[in-house]
Amino acid sequence: MPKRTDIKSILVIGSGPIVIGQAAEFDYAGTQACLALKEEGYRVILVNSNPATIMTDTEIADAVYIEPITLEFVRRIIQKERPDAILPTLGGQTGLNMAVELAGAGVLDEYNVEVLGTKLSAIEQAEDRDLFRTLMNDLNEPVPDSEIIHTLEEAYSFVEQIGYPVIVRPAYTLGGTGGGICDNEEELIETVTNGLKQSPVTQCLLEKSIAGLKEIEYEVMRDSNDNAIVVCNMENIDPVGVHTGDSIVVAPSQTLTDREYQMLRNTSLKIIRALGIEGGCNVQLALDPYSFQYYIIEVNPRVSRSSALASKATGYPIAKLAAKIAVGLTLDEMLNPVTGKTYACFEPALDYIVSKIPRWPFDKFEHANRTLGTQMKATGEVMAIGRTFEESILKAVRSLESGVYHLSLDELADKDDAFLEKRIRKAGDERLFYLGEALRRGVTIETIHDWSQIDLFFLKKFENIVKYEKEVENNPFDKETAKKAKQLGFADKTLAKSWGVVEKEVYDWRKENGIVPVFKTVDTCAAEFESETPYYYGTYEDENESIVTGRKSVVVLGSGPIRIGQGVEFDYATVHSVWALKEAGYEAIIVNNNPETVSTDFSISDKLYFEPLTIEDVMHIIDLEKPEGVIVQFGGQTAINLADKLVEHGVKILGTSLEDVDRAENRDKFEQALQELNVPQPLGRTAFSVETAVDIANSIGYPVLVRPSYVLGGRAMEIVYKEAELLQYMKNAVKVNPEHPVLVDRYLTGKEIEVDAISDGTDVVIPGIMEHIERAGVHSGDSIAVYPPQKLTDDQKAKIIEYTTKLAKGLNIIGLLNIQYVISKGEVFVIEVNPRSSRTVPFLSKITNVPMANIATKAIMGQSLKEMGYESGLIPEKKGVYVKVPVFSFAKLRRVDTTLGPEMKSTGEVMGKDSTVEKALYKGLVASGMKIPTKGAVLLTVADKDKDEALVIAKRFHNIGFQLLATYGTANLIRETGVPVQTVAKIGAKGPDMLDVIRGGEAQFIINTLTKGKQPARDGFRIRRESVENGIPCLTSLDTATAILEVLESMIFNAEAMPKPALEAIYS
Amino acid sequence: MKKQLILEDGTVFVGKGFGSAKDVTGEVVFTTGMTGYQETLSDPSYCGQIITFTYPLIGNYGINRDDFETIQPAVKALVVKEAADFPSNFRSEFSIDEYLKMKDIPAISGVDTRKLTRIIRQHGALKGAIVSADVNPEDVIHRLQATVLPNDQVAQVSTKSAYPSPGRGFRVVLIDFGMKHGILRELNNRNCDVVVVPHDTTAEEIMQFKPDGIMLTNGPGNPKDVPYAIETIKELIGQVPLFGICLGHQLFALASGADTFKLKFGHRGSNHPVKDLETGRTAITSQNHGFSVSEESIANTDLKITHVALNDGTVEGLAHKTYPAFTVQYHPEASPGPEDDNILFDRFIDLMKKNAAKETQHA
Repeated sequence: MPKRTDIKSILVIGSGPIVIGQAAEFDYAGTQACLALKEEGYRVILVNSNPATIMTDTEIADAVYIEPITLEFVRRIIQKERPDAILPTLGGQTGLNMAVELAGAGVLDEYNVEVLGTKLSAIEQAEDRDLFRTLMNDLNEPVPDSEIIHTLEEAYSFVEQIGYPVIVRPAYTLGGTGGGICDNEEELIETVTNGLKQSPVTQCLLEKSIAGLKEIEYEVMRDSNDNAIVVCNMENIDPVGVHTGDSIVVAPSQTLTDREYQMLRNTSLKIIRALGIEGGCNVQLALDPYSFQYYIIEVNPRVSRSSALASKATGYPIAKLAAKIAVGLTLDEMLNPVTGKTYACFEPALDYIVSKIPRWPFDKFEHANRTLGTQMKATGEVMAIGRTFEESILKAVRSLESGVYHLSLDELADKDDAFLEKRIRKAGDERLFYLGEALRRGVTIETIHDWSQIDLFFLKKFENIVKYEKEVENNPFDKETAKKAKQLGFADKTLAKSWGVVEKEVYDWRKENGIVPVFKTVDTCAAEFESETPYYYGTYEDENESIVTGRKSVVVLGSGPIRIGQGVEFDYATVHSVWALKEAGYEAIIVNNNPETVSTDFSISDKLYFEPLTIEDVMHIIDLEKPEGVIVQFGGQTAINLADKLVEHGVKILGTSLEDVDRAENRDKFEQALQELNVPQPLGRTAFSVETAVDIANSIGYPVLVRPSYVLGGRAMEIVYKEAELLQYMKNAVKVNPEHPVLVDRYLTGKEIEVDAISDGTDVVIPGIMEHIERAGVHSGDSIAVYPPQKLTDDQKAKIIEYTTKLAKGLNIIGLLNIQYVISKGEVFVIEVNPRSSRTVPFLSKITNVPMANIATKAIMGQSLKEMGYESGLIPEKKGVYVKVPVFSFAKLRRVDTTLGPEMKSTGEVMGKDSTVEKALYKGLVASGMKIPTKGAVLLTVADKDKDEALVIAKRFHNIGFQLLATYGTANLIRETGVPVQTVAKIGAKGPDMLDVIRGGEAQFIINTLTKGKQPARDGFRIRRESVENGIPCLTSLDTATAILEVLESMIFNAEAMPKPALEAIYS
Repeated sequence: MKKQLILEDGTVFVGKGFGSAKDVTGEVVFTTGMTGYQETLSDPSYCGQIITFTYPLIGNYGINRDDFETIQPAVKALVVKEAADFPSNFRSEFSIDEYLKMKDIPAISGVDTRKLTRIIRQHGALKGAIVSADVNPEDVIHRLQATVLPNDQVAQVSTKSAYPSPGRGFRVVLIDFGMKHGILRELNNRNCDVVVVPHDTTAEEIMQFKPDGIMLTNGPGNPKDVPYAIETIKELIGQVPLFGICLGHQLFALASGADTFKLKFGHRGSNHPVKDLETGRTAITSQNHGFSVSEESIANTDLKITHVALNDGTVEGLAHKTYPAFTVQYHPEASPGPEDDNILFDRFIDLMKKNAAKETQHA
C-alpha cells in the first residue's frame, strides 16, 4: 500500500532522560524513525526532554522541542504545531504513556490528532494486565495463573489459593519498576505495597511463579496489510525469573528444535495479529524445558530495548521500518536496506551467534542489592558477535569494561564452595564468573544446572572454555593451541596471564604467526544475497570480507556500554565526529560494542566494526585498515584509556597527544603545568601510601577531597573531614599503591563552574560557561547546571576565559576539553581538566548552535577554527536560560544511598529552557520527573553544620504557605526564630515517626543533609530511601532546596501578614 | 580425524570429519535455516547433495525420535562450522554424530561455511567431495570435473511399492517422488485416506484407487529427469483435484506445457517471502529447490501464476485455469520452517469437497 498522503505533519514523542530500563536504544529508534518519516516527505515535530541525544539535533526533525514530556507541555506543543498525527510507539514506555495520557485528557480528539501505527486500544490491551489476560484466554494462549490486585488484601487472598512464590508486576511501569518475586509474607507486603505505589493506575499483577523455565523472546513486525514476520528470536541464558534486561541473552535461540521454534513463532504472530500491531512488537515467552508447554509472559506493543538488540544482531532496522509502516507502507513494498535488492518482508538468517551481557552500576553502588529479579537494574549492555558461542560470549565479557576478560574473577579464588553455590542459585550480576569458578573447581554441569536451571547446552559451552584453560597453560606459544583458543574467544590478556608474559608479547607473536582474525559481514541473509552493508565483526576463520578501500580513513573509538558517568552524550559526540570526518572527505570507521546506540547503526559510518573496545580487538582493525590515525577523545574514558596502548603499538592518536592527555590527567604533571601557566588550583598532592595521604591532609588542612587518579564519574571520590575518616577511606575504598595513587586535595566550598572549549592549537573557542546550582563537592554530573551563568561577575568570567584559553594552549589541546572551576571567596581555581569530550557537549551544542564535536573533529584533522569561521574567546551568550537537571534511577536500586556527593549517581539528564531561571528550572525539574506541588509541607532534618542555612530556607517555605515538619533539634531551632513548626518523632520513637510521615504522604518535599561522619547516618539513609520509595523529592543539598524554593516563590504569591505597627520599629 | 572438502573449482577446505568415515561426491548446496537440521537432513529432496548449513552451530538440540521427514535420509553429506557434541533438549536421543554414524552419512566440521556459501552464491551450486586428509586434492579436482552426477534420484528415494495411510475422509493418491513425511502428516491430520504410490505408477493404476484427489510430492533433482511422471500427470489433470508441492509443482508445470530451468544456487531455507497474488499477502515459507518454473513459458498454457517469490520474482505457485488443480514451489507442510501457508492443505480439501459435490450433482 502506498504511503498516506492525507497527513502532512507528525509528532514523535521521545523517551526522555536515560534511566534504568530506558537507555540509548530509544535515541537510536527515535533517530531512525524521524529520519525515515522525513525521507517520506512528512514534517516531523519531535519532543524529547533529553538534550544528550542525536534525535534532538535540529537536522533530525523539522521542529525539535526539548521540553518536558508531560501533559502540560506536550499539549502546548500540539496547540502550537497542530500536527495531523502522533507516533507514540518509538519513545519507549515514556512515549507510550504520554500518548495514552494525551488521549485520556481529550487532547488528541480536541486537536484532531490521529495516532499512527499501533492503535491506543491495542496498546492498552497489551499493557493492561486484565485486558491482556482476557485476550490470551480468548486466543486460547496460556498465561500463568494470575490475579489483578489493587490492594494488599487482594494479594493475600491470591496467595492463599496459589501459594508462594509469586511474581508481582506493577501495571504501566518501566523495566519492571516496583516488581519482584516474593517467597514469603514479608516480601509480599513490601513488594506489593511498593508496586501499587509505582503503578500509575495502582494496579499489580500477581502471578504464579514460572521461574526456571526457558525464557524466549520474539521480535516481530506487522503491517496494515497483515503481513507479519519475525525479525529475530532470542534465548535468555538466565531462565525465567531474571528480567530480560538483566539477563544474558543469545540470538538466535540455541536449544529450540524447529518444532518449538515454529510453535512459539506461530503464537507470537497470532498475538500481534489479534492485537492489530502496526509496527514492531516484542513477545516474551516461557517454555518448559521438559515439554511443549509454554506461557506468554508479556507483550511490548512498541519498539523496545530488545528490538534495538535484534536490529543490531541481525542488521534489520526495525525502528526505521516500523515508522514507515506507521504511515501506511507495507513490508512487501519496502526494500531491505541491508541488501538493497531483496524486500523487507522476510526473516533474517544469521550465520553467527550474538551474545548480550547487561552492564550493571554496582561498581558505583557497592551497597546496592546485587541480586537480579524481575526489576531491571542494568544501565546498559554490550553485544558481541562470533562464529562460535564461546567466542561470542567471551568477546561480550571483555566488552564490559569491568576489569574482566574471561570467565573468572580474581577475588573468587578464596571464596568457599558453599558461597559459590549460593551465588549461582540466586542470580546476581557476577553469576557468569561464579559459574566459571565452580566449573574450574570441578563442579559438574548437571549440579550447576540443578542450582541455576541454566540449560546444559550453555553450561557445557562454559565448561569448554574452562577446560581449554588447561590446554592453553600446558602449551605456551603453541600455534594450534593458540588458534583454537582464539576461536574459543580467549583474550590475549588471558593467554598472557596463563603464559606469564605481557599482553603485547602474545599479540606480536600471534601476528608473526598469522593467527589473526578475519572480518565477516552482518548481512541479514547468511550470505545468500550480495550486500554492500559495511557492518563487520571479527572471527578466526579463513575468508576476510572487509575490503580496504584505499581512501584516507580515520578510526573513531566509541564509548561502549551506557553506565553511570558515561552515558548517551558520548555516543552523541562519537556520531558527530563520524559525520564531520565524512564531511571532511575521510572514510570514517567506527568501533563500538553497544547495541543500543546510534553510532552502531551501520548507516552512520563508512564502516562499522562491532567489536570489543580492547587493545587487541581495536589493533586487529587498525592492522587491516591502516588508518591515518585514531580519534579517542569522543568515546569517553573508554577510548582515552586505550590511548597509551595504541601508542605503544605505534598507532597515531589524532588530536591532543598522549603526553598532553597525561599532563592533564596525571596529577603531578598537571600541577606542574598549572604552575607554569600560572593558573591556581586548590592545594593538593598525590599520595602513594596511606602515610603520605595523612601527611598531605595535615599539611593542607581538612576537609580534603580524596579520590583515586584516572577515574570516571568520580568513582570512589569522597570528602573527608578528619583523619579517622581519611584512614577509613584509605582502608576501605581504595587500594593505594605506587601504580594506583590517591589524590588528596583541599576541599574548597564555593560555586562550581564548568566550561567546554575547542582548540586548534592557535585559537580557543569557548561555546559557553555553565554555573552549577550545587556547590562544589557534588559531582558535576549530578549538579543542576545553568547557562548562561547567573551569578558570575564580569571579572570572574574574564578570568575563566583567560584560564581556559591558557590551559587549552598550554596543554596543547587539539580538539575538545572540559574544565571545572570552583569560585571560592571570589577567586577562581581550576579543579580539573578533561582533555576530551564531556557530558555537557550536546547540551552546550544545542544551546549555542556551535556543533562542538563537528568542529573539534575538523580541528583534529587540521582545519583551523578561523577557517571554519570561529574566533577565540567566549561565543556571545544566547538569550534565555537553559538548565541541565540530572535524573536518577534510585527507585530501581534498593539500598543505594541517594545523598549527592563527589561520586556520580545520576543515570541521565534533561534540559529545561525558558526566559527566566525559575521557569527553566521548573521545566527541568518537572522533566526530570519531580512533582512540584505548590502547597503542603516540608520535612527538614539537617546536619548541625547546615542549621543556619536551613533556617533561612525554612522561613522562606513558611512564607509561601508551606507547613514545616522537623525532628526535635531542628524543630526547636526553627521555633526559636518565631516560625511555627511541627515536631516529628525520630525513627523508632513512640507514635508516628518520620517514616510514617513520609509513607503517609504528609510531606511534599524532604530536606535531608548528611550528618558529619558516615556512621550515625543510618536514620538519614532510611529517610532518604523511604522518600525514594514513596516518590517524594528528597533534597540532600541545600542549594537544590534553595533553587526549588525560588521556583516555588515565583509561582506562589507571598502570604505574609501585615506587620503590626510598633512605634519603636517605625522610629528605630 | 582430518577431512577435506574439495570443490570442482579447486577450493579446498580442511576440517574435522564426523559421522560416517566414507568418502562421498555430490552437488554442494547451502541452506540458511537456523533451526530444523533434523528435518533438513532427512528431506529426500536433498538426495545426492552435500548440504552446507550456513548457521554455524548444528546439533545443539540433538536428534529426536519424532522430527524425521523420511526413515532413510538420502543426503550425501553435511558441511558445518561446528557440530555440537553435547546436545540439549528433552526429546534428544542421539547426538548428530551418533546419528550420522548409524545412517552411514559422512560430515565435516570446522569449515568456514560462510566462505563456502559465498563461493556457491557466486559460482552456482557445484560438485564437491568429502575425502580423507591424505588424498591429493589435485586428483579429486580432476575427478570432480569429469564426474557426471546421477540423475535417478527420484527412483532412489520413492517408495518401491504402494501402501495405505488410512483415514476416514477423502481418498488421496499421493505420488511419492521423494515425499517428506510432513505432507502425509498434514493430509492425515485432515482425515484423508491416503494411498502412497511409487513415482512410476501409471495414471490408469492411480485412477483405479478411485481417488478424490491427487497429491504430487516434493522430490530431488531435475523434473525433466522423470519424463514418465510428466506423462502420467498430463493424463491426470482434469480428472480429480490435484495439489502439487515443489518437484510436484514443476512436474505439473511441465505436464501443462510450461518449462523449467535450473536456478544458479537455488532457494533453500526457512525465510523465503512468497506473495499470494490474489490476497496480496506475503507469507514466509520454507523452501528447498534448485529448479524453477520459467515465467515466460506460462503464457501459452492453461496455467496462471498465483504466487511469486518476493525477492527474485520467480514462479512460486500455479493454478489451472479450468480444472481444480494448483501447485506451489515452496513447502506449506513446513517442517522445517514457518507454517504460514499451512492453509493450502485446507484449500485442497475444499477443492475435493466441491468436486465431490459436483460429481454428486452430475450423478
